[in-house]
Amino acid sequence: MISPAHAAGYVSDPRMRPIEWLPWVIAVICYFAAPSYLPLGSFILIMILFALSLDLILGYAGIITLGHAAYFGFGAYVSGILAARVTADPLIGLVVAAFAAGLLGWLTGMVILRTRALTLLMLTLAITSICFEVANKATKWTGGADGLGGFAIKPILGLFKFDLFNKTAYIYCLVFLFLGWWLVRRLIYSPFGASLTGVRENVVRMYAVGAPVYQRLVIVYTISAALAGIAGALLTHSTQFVGLKVLSFEFSGDLLVMLILGGVGRIYGAFVGPVVYLVAQDSLAKQFPEYWYFGIGLMLVLVVMFARGGILGILDVLLSRFRRGKR
Amino acid sequence: MQSFVSSLVSVAFHGLAYGMILYVISVGLSVTMGLMGFVNLAHGVFAMAGGYVMLTAMNRYDVPFLLALSIAFVSVAAASILLERLLYARLYTAGDLEQVLLTIGLIFMAVAVARLIYGTLQQPVHLPAYLKGQFSLLGRDFPAYRVFLIAFSAVLVAALWFGVERTRWGAKVRATVDNRPMAQAIGINTSRLFTITFALGSGLAALGGGLGADITAIQPTYPFEHLVYFLIVVAIGGLGSLRGPFVAALLIGVSDTACKYWVPQFGAFFIYAATIALLLWRPAGLFGKA
Amino acid sequence: MRIKLMACIGAVALVAAAGLATAQTVKIGVLSTYSGPTAAQGDQLDKGIKLFMKLNGSKLPPGVKVELVVRDDGGANPDNAKRIAQELIVRDKVNFLTGVVWTPNAAAIAPLAGEAKVPFISMNAAGVAIPYSSPYFARVSFTLWQSSYPLGQWAAKKFKRAYTVVSDFAPGHEAEEAFTKGFKEGGGEIIGGVRIPLANTDFAAYMQRVKDAKPDVLFAFNPAGKQATAQMKAYSDLGLDKAGIKYIGPGDLTTDEELPSMGDAALGVMTVHHYSAAAERPANKAFVSAYKKEFGQNLNPGFMAVGAYDGMQLIFDAVNSLKGNVDPERIMAFIKSYKNPNSPRGPIAIDPDTRDIVQNEYLREVRKVGGQLANVEVETVGNMVKDPWKQFNPKK
Repeated sequence: MISPAHAAGYVSDPRMRPIEWLPWVIAVICYFAAPSYLPLGSFILIMILFALSLDLILGYAGIITLGHAAYFGFGAYVSGILAARVTADPLIGLVVAAFAAGLLGWLTGMVILRTRALTLLMLTLAITSICFEVANKATKWTGGADGLGGFAIKPILGLFKFDLFNKTAYIYCLVFLFLGWWLVRRLIYSPFGASLTGVRENVVRMYAVGAPVYQRLVIVYTISAALAGIAGALLTHSTQFVGLKVLSFEFSGDLLVMLILGGVGRIYGAFVGPVVYLVAQDSLAKQFPEYWYFGIGLMLVLVVMFARGGILGILDVLLSRFRRGKR
Repeated sequence: MQSFVSSLVSVAFHGLAYGMILYVISVGLSVTMGLMGFVNLAHGVFAMAGGYVMLTAMNRYDVPFLLALSIAFVSVAAASILLERLLYARLYTAGDLEQVLLTIGLIFMAVAVARLIYGTLQQPVHLPAYLKGQFSLLGRDFPAYRVFLIAFSAVLVAALWFGVERTRWGAKVRATVDNRPMAQAIGINTSRLFTITFALGSGLAALGGGLGADITAIQPTYPFEHLVYFLIVVAIGGLGSLRGPFVAALLIGVSDTACKYWVPQFGAFFIYAATIALLLWRPAGLFGKA
Repeated sequence: MRIKLMACIGAVALVAAAGLATAQTVKIGVLSTYSGPTAAQGDQLDKGIKLFMKLNGSKLPPGVKVELVVRDDGGANPDNAKRIAQELIVRDKVNFLTGVVWTPNAAAIAPLAGEAKVPFISMNAAGVAIPYSSPYFARVSFTLWQSSYPLGQWAAKKFKRAYTVVSDFAPGHEAEEAFTKGFKEGGGEIIGGVRIPLANTDFAAYMQRVKDAKPDVLFAFNPAGKQATAQMKAYSDLGLDKAGIKYIGPGDLTTDEELPSMGDAALGVMTVHHYSAAAERPANKAFVSAYKKEFGQNLNPGFMAVGAYDGMQLIFDAVNSLKGNVDPERIMAFIKSYKNPNSPRGPIAIDPDTRDIVQNEYLREVRKVGGQLANVEVETVGNMVKDPWKQFNPKK
């Protein structure tokens, strides 16, 4: 389980602090200030939503999983197949993907949340691997190694067409990220969220106070899977393509790195991590791919050894030192 | 009927070769995880390193095959001691997440270093002449290299089991796996035991990587590609056990080959499905401690 | 009065400077594979491009420069490739998109190039249907139908029962269909087939399956690179040659840059392809010797390097013919009527109806020439062959 050293503070006051509006302001500014970077921007927004969903179960409930890509990928493929075969309306696609991924999360969660530690980790890996294999082989539905393409997504509400520059896609992802974030925030700052923190910190005591631990875990796992599925569908709609990569173990690993970088167990770690990682990757990885990979590995090792709270954790320490210095 | 038996034999044979390699690589992981309780996802890095060392010795310096294997074993084991003392030892008491993250970080670094030194292409494997060609047994032809693989691995496994069952070191390992505080209480230097056992496990992984270089290609993405299978072997076999992973590795090796042979359109689906089923039935593995 | 004079001089100077400063830069976006398990194929494209730039990089109209913007797709990752292509178009504003080893990547990119009206010239990706998905796509490499269909027809004259083993992605499926059609038309029988996952590196189990099925001939396809060598070794390790099962396929099986690693197991393997490094024609001899001089005497160019070289030639010819005026419509019009009689592989042209490559196909056998393994061109089985699949499936 995650040690308390870097676990986020559980804040009992659910009111919005002014600084919490900052990410949204920045996102809107980027839309106007960097129009040729909107494809990257949309992808960052999607990964933030995905990271939020992982933080729910990893940071708050303490479930260590390397297989969260399964729900993202499932949502992505379901919305892609739906668009290619039934209806290319994006909003319907989102709803169906959320429902489908949530269902998969519920079914798998019920099964695997009875186990712990290595067994749980292995099961998450095995589930993702199965999804990958199915997508790889069911070529008629998923395109297999060639990927699923050749479908066009209809304009949102019949009005906003998906364009080459990802202008529409960016706003679309931003809106749903906002909704997802609002949901996660409500969840965390509720008695339900408090009980999740309890499960993470001391599960034995939670059993002792009679909390329905297993049930809570399954519920949060299902919600997390549904959010991941929505993120997957957003990617399908933005790029009008689904590739096998969304179901890969590497993708889960990348997400984990992004979340740890930002700071686990605090909502905004899921914002900071993907932004820093993807922007850095965009500029650095092109020139020096090997050094980039090495740097990420080194960063991970250093974070684990010295800065368990990630970037936000470091900021916290600096801020507290600064405040102490002021007195 | 004749051809069915014949294909059964060849599937069993190839599956056995693959399974033995999996076991030689994974047994170190099982012992490490059972002994030290440390989730070491970077175990595949040692296998890859062993493969690279062996191939470099053979291709660049014309070192003979068996000598190159020994060099791989020794050098990787030595390097792993350094790694254990510097990094792993600090995280023995840390949580699972930290260990997972540390070892994933190590994988990234190792992959990048491998690419920098060796480039992204596979390393060519030039087997010595006495290992090429076919080996005739009971009227069938078997590739000599795989026969050698099976034989050599069998010897390794026997030596390992003998070592663990019959020597004092082995007894100490078994004691510490069963009950670490008690073992420390009776004066076993668990810290040194960890280091030695870790080195042995990593060395074995290096041997497995080098031996299996023809089956499991040595390239920078090696630790990622085979991670799932190593973990499956250990999880199904049971942590800290020696026999469990052996059974699991053979099962996986044979079923993977059998699926490729008889139902290639399903890919590795059965293995993952079987893993899930087995882990649900026995969460601690077939031979693990609950 | 003096102010007016100064203003006039200033204006003239400005105009002159502006005239001098209109050096036009043509940006070429190259998307290839530089990392991951299949970087060997990307390396071939890279060498072809580098060789061309070294020999001909300055042959441009006055005032025109060329800038290559190079990106890595990491392998057959269509989602990644699509995003990178989008960035190349939107951010780097490239005038051409080229490179692309993998069909899945090209298939994902083509509609994008069509929407943005950026000419996309595939230097390798061979999927037959891609030209139909975008009017801005052209190909200088090959299709699997061009090689495997005539091979099937030829094989039916010598063998009765065939087994097919192909990689499980679009070109693999196309090779399988093309060979099957040609073979069956000639009266042969396909007794079985298997499709291997693209990422697979161990071929033993599949080769065993083939051996147990006892065909006369094994038709195989793999995406060249290291897998070609691995598959060749599995063929001989499992004793299929001794069991009398002949190994044939498109030239990807015995790709020239990998041939030295395959060893004597490759001797006698017959393939049909559009390029062999051992070809005797003068254009090829010049190409091969320039290649060896640049990259090493013991390295052979393969068909992917030639594809890249010819692709650059096409782009440069377009830029030169239009004097740097890289208007997409005019570029595509130029490409549709393109002919190059002097490619290292023989004469090539672009089919104006389909924008796909038209070239000769040769039957080759692996023999030892001067102590080295080589794909010796035995006969020309097709002259200026258009892609057969499109002849059977015209665009509606």
